[in-house]
Amino acid sequence: MTLQAPVPTPGAEPESVERAAKAELRHPASWLPTVKVTAGAFLTALVIGAVVIALSDDDVIESLKYFGTYPWDSFTRSWDAIWSSYSALVKGAVGSSNAIASTLDRSAPLICAGLGVTLAFRAGLFNIGAQGQLIIGALCAGYVGFTWNLPPFVHLVVALVAGLASGALWGAIPGFLKARTGAHEVITTIMFNYLAASVLIYALSHDTFQRPGSDNALSPKVDDSAAFPRLSIGGFDAHLGVLIALLAGAAAWWLLERSTWGFELRAVGANAHASRTAGMSVAKVYTLAMLLAGMLAGLAATMQVLGNQNSLSATLPGSIGFDAITVALLGRASPLGTVLAGLLFGAMSVGGVAMQAGAGTPKELTDVLQALIVLFVAAPALVKGMLRIKESGGGATVMAKGWGS
Amino acid sequence: MAVANAISDEGIVDVRDRTDIRRQAKLVSIFGLVLLALIAFYSRIDDFHIVYTLGERVIKDDPAKEINAQPIMIVGIVVAALALLLAAVNRVPKGALGALGYLLVGVAFFSGFIIWCYADQSGAFSVAIINPFPGTIRLATPLIFGAIAGCLCERAGVINIAIEGQFLMGAFFAAVASSMAYSAEMGLVGGILAGVAIAVLLGVFALRYQVNQVVLGVVLIALATGLTDFLLSQVPDDPDIKKYLNEPLILERVPISGLVNIPVIGPALFNQTILVYIMYASVVFVTLLLFQTTWGLRARSVGEHPKAADTVGIKVNRIRWQAVLLGGAFAGLGGAYFTVGSTGTFDSNASAGNGFIALAAVIMGRWNPVGATLASLLFGFCFTLQAQLAFLDKIPGELLRASPYLITVIAVAGSVGRVRPPAADGEPYQS
Repeated sequence: MTLQAPVPTPGAEPESVERAAKAELRHPASWLPTVKVTAGAFLTALVIGAVVIALSDDDVIESLKYFGTYPWDSFTRSWDAIWSSYSALVKGAVGSSNAIASTLDRSAPLICAGLGVTLAFRAGLFNIGAQGQLIIGALCAGYVGFTWNLPPFVHLVVALVAGLASGALWGAIPGFLKARTGAHEVITTIMFNYLAASVLIYALSHDTFQRPGSDNALSPKVDDSAAFPRLSIGGFDAHLGVLIALLAGAAAWWLLERSTWGFELRAVGANAHASRTAGMSVAKVYTLAMLLAGMLAGLAATMQVLGNQNSLSATLPGSIGFDAITVALLGRASPLGTVLAGLLFGAMSVGGVAMQAGAGTPKELTDVLQALIVLFVAAPALVKGMLRIKESGGGATVMAKGWGS
Repeated sequence: MAVANAISDEGIVDVRDRTDIRRQAKLVSIFGLVLLALIAFYSRIDDFHIVYTLGERVIKDDPAKEINAQPIMIVGIVVAALALLLAAVNRVPKGALGALGYLLVGVAFFSGFIIWCYADQSGAFSVAIINPFPGTIRLATPLIFGAIAGCLCERAGVINIAIEGQFLMGAFFAAVASSMAYSAEMGLVGGILAGVAIAVLLGVFALRYQVNQVVLGVVLIALATGLTDFLLSQVPDDPDIKKYLNEPLILERVPISGLVNIPVIGPALFNQTILVYIMYASVVFVTLLLFQTTWGLRARSVGEHPKAADTVGIKVNRIRWQAVLLGGAFAGLGGAYFTVGSTGTFDSNASAGNGFIALAAVIMGRWNPVGATLASLLFGFCFTLQAQLAFLDKIPGELLRASPYLITVIAVAGSVGRVRPPAADGEPYQS
């Protein structure tokens, strides 16, 4: 599949892509439509979410029974339900320094794994394997973290490197297979997710990975010497990994936009045939891009294992690897966008729990909202049509043409 | 030895194609490994007596039979040794005869493996080898539905990654429809409608708004997962209400009299639920539809070269819409398997990644309904075997569970290699 950088108008020529990208930085007129469309996508998703909240509220359902005689009741009760849910969502996510800390904490792995998917996207690869890379990274970082005995700082670095290297290796295999045999990365990364899950369960059934004196499939926590130091300012308490995640975003930006290798990566993503003709090694780019993607997913794993000192268990990875894909899509496959999208998704997931506790609206609603936002962001034509936005531009996220080479 | 042979052969034959040398090296190493494995199995077995039954389980009327597996094992070793010899002198036939040879070696390896697994059982009673085919068909049913849905969409040029999402929605609404109507068959209707609903979203966004179809598929899966989880959390625990929402009836098995008495394959093929029989019909229907009808020709032309199709007056997007919607119906039926077709109640993430496996089956089957069906059957067989071997302690269950995925990677990277999708797969078309 051929993926292109964010393009103002679908089907633009590569040269105009570069020009548009430059223009995008300078003139508000060129990025304003994008902002408008994104805001429109949010609005549409929130409206649909509001309808779902109202229809799932008992009071509202009750009032619908006498809608014919006293319709106003339904509206006020709907409004109450929607307002209490959404305000609980926002308050739970960013309402206090505590909430902001947990939002950042939740966002950090999403940002890292999302950056991995973004990098692969720009090379024209669809990396569904973040989940597997994350599992393997967590397994290795955790193993080093709780079995080895090393001095404090060294232990952290070694565990971090173990997580990054193992994730990178797990990611590089599908990239290498794609480069050498043409095996489609969508299939191989999916299968590698399952393989990683099996490896995790297998490892957890062994004594080395189990808590001493326990038969549960649950590992010990990593030693304090291998954990990220915590940053506490007032009521704000988060681990250092949050900072590392943001730095990873900056590094990914530099790599993609400012380095020679990043140029090669984007070139291969835009047109693999042309890049091959120009003398670039497509195989090298595929392998290295997947290696870096895996490394970033491994970094995401260290956020959980070394940052929050979570035990390894079958449920540890959750759905971070899959959410990372939606984060990257929402971020339009750009590092800055991915960081912002990761923060948003982290906030929604923290806020969703608060919403369930405070307003009784199930936290699964935030999953629906996230999917809807990405869906509408991906379909600018629909949003423009609904909200009567006239300007051209504000175009598609990532363009893919098919199964590819 | 393999290398030495390859080199000496090169000396004898003046000009040899490099691919031919590579083929020989590949075959020698594969057959050599098979032979080594078989000998290893043979040497590690003390007691060659194994018990088996042709039925699906051991019952009183049909007790397990005992057999000495030593001769079978020896035959297998001989077959592998002969194959290695042929490969070493580069006389492995090509074409149908060669395929038969590969099959024989495969069967030899497989039976050796199974004998090794089931032999040497010490204990009060031994686990019997049971007929794996009924389970294979059952577990392959949703995969086949998903795979033919994928074939339909992709042959018409629309990438459908959202099979998993269609499965989830199909499973959920099959459960709801079956509970409400108090009829398992109505569950199938609910499943179809839910599958078509996701297909409508796929069509609207992919065909009308031209959203990147791979992206769209992933988003639709996220949406279906979120939506079914949300709706599931809305089902009250109150049993009086719950029985109308998530306590579906399960499809009964309908044995086809006469045919069901055929040994081994009878109970596998003809003692299944109506969903499985619909699956047989669907495979035939979609194959005929795609390759023997005008509509099929149009759909395939739209998937290969939409502009050419448009030029001769075919309505590209109309054909694509029809293919997507029809595919949605099949995928929804596949989803129904996970509730009314097997366990009943819908649980969170009921399809458990089967949609992705169906997608892999589409690609392994090279976008052909029959090929995809065979690939699905292979997966179904792996899953069944894994469930059966889990009773024995020879191999850790977790590693067994990984085997279907490993096989897929090897198949996609090795033999299937550079498959060729429909040329315009995933490309939106605007007339």
